[in-house]
Amino acid sequence: MAEHEIHALTAAYALDALDEVEELEFEEHLRTCAQCRDELRDLLEAATALAYAVEVPAPPATLRSRILSQARVERATVVPFRRRRNWPAYVTGAAAAAAAAAAVGIGLWANSLSGSLDRERQVLDVLSDPAAESTRLDGADGRLVVTGSGRAALIVSQLDHAPAGKTYEVWVFRTPDDRPQPAGLFEAEQATDIVQLTEAVPEGATVAVTLEQDGGVDQPTGSLLFSAKT
Amino acid sequence: MSIAAVLAFPNRSSEREMPVPRDLAHLSDEALVALVGHGEEVALAELYDRFGRLAYGLALRILRDPALAEDAVQEAFMTLWRSAGRFLPERAKASTWILTLVHRRAVDLVRREERRRGEPLEGTDGRTDDPAEDVVWLRFERERVQAALRALPDPQREALELAYYGGFSQSELADRLGQPLGTIKSRMFAGLSRLRELLTDAESERDPWQNTRSTH
Repeated sequence: MAEHEIHALTAAYALDALDEVEELEFEEHLRTCAQCRDELRDLLEAATALAYAVEVPAPPATLRSRILSQARVERATVVPFRRRRNWPAYVTGAAAAAAAAAAVGIGLWANSLSGSLDRERQVLDVLSDPAAESTRLDGADGRLVVTGSGRAALIVSQLDHAPAGKTYEVWVFRTPDDRPQPAGLFEAEQATDIVQLTEAVPEGATVAVTLEQDGGVDQPTGSLLFSAKT
Repeated sequence: MSIAAVLAFPNRSSEREMPVPRDLAHLSDEALVALVGHGEEVALAELYDRFGRLAYGLALRILRDPALAEDAVQEAFMTLWRSAGRFLPERAKASTWILTLVHRRAVDLVRREERRRGEPLEGTDGRTDDPAEDVVWLRFERERVQAALRALPDPQREALELAYYGGFSQSELADRLGQPLGTIKSRMFAGLSRLRELLTDAESERDPWQNTRSTH
């Protein structure tokens, strides 16, 4: 998209009126355009004012306790990959791109991604490659996205945060007989994680994830949590 | 927690269900988000008490389905719970962030529920079940924003309402309204800018209400 066109998307972005690809592009643009960030701050205030124009019936009293107990459970849970209840299904399966957009959207508000701009750009390249193929994960909610050249990104939802001292590690098995190649680490800090793989994923390869000690290891020692075969 | 609250709840345990003391009521939304970032459950509860009702009303307006609206609100608050520690206050007010999280979740959901979007936007507005429960500051804000909306030119208001409450993307809006995409973009931009001006002009009138915000 041309530079002058992307500036014009601020209002639509503030209203959540962009499609997934436009949204990713605009968020990428926001990182480098202070003018759009300033403008967005004002327009978001105005857009959010629309929320106040709605008639507001009281939510069911159970909603409050559901939210607070889920918060409590999440903090207490250290068992990796325990599926959470009461999650809408839309973050799974075919909604991978939307989940990616949502996750990047959180990034916009947060500073967790500072210093990882290049890495993130690479992930966006993979996700927005129209020729990329995506495969459903076996054992977790999410997808593996692989471009024609073998560059790959893992999108995974609803993983528990890695316990203290541990990290999730991604592995690429080029063939079932090859030694697995370490292909990246992540902590599952977001509702949806997007992980750029550091190893190419050739056709027929399998990508798997284990839980390992902080800093990662050369060969998997943890049990296989989930995988995808291309 | 204040001394008074500690004394009032000597056996307080995070495992037990009990009313959350309102000793955080004096804190700003931003301070509460910062506390949530440190895992303070009472701060999450306080934010829910301030914005839960508004969040649910917004989600219900977009989704028209109480169960889906609850899911959207719950997930938005869980996102808040997980990412509050990384919130950047210079990017937006905390209240704007929270309602944006809710809006985004609701729009994601409604775009997957195609059948709902064919329905007219009017007619399924949430009704206040119990007028006595209607909260004064919310009613005041509602009237203020509705008045500002009415002051917009029709095409601008239509674009804002279809996008924000209907969950339509700009391209879908262009199709639906039979207008070029550029026209839709201009209407959204002009509409939001004008809305902001109208609300800012009226800002001075709302000071008396600023310290009485609570939805419960």
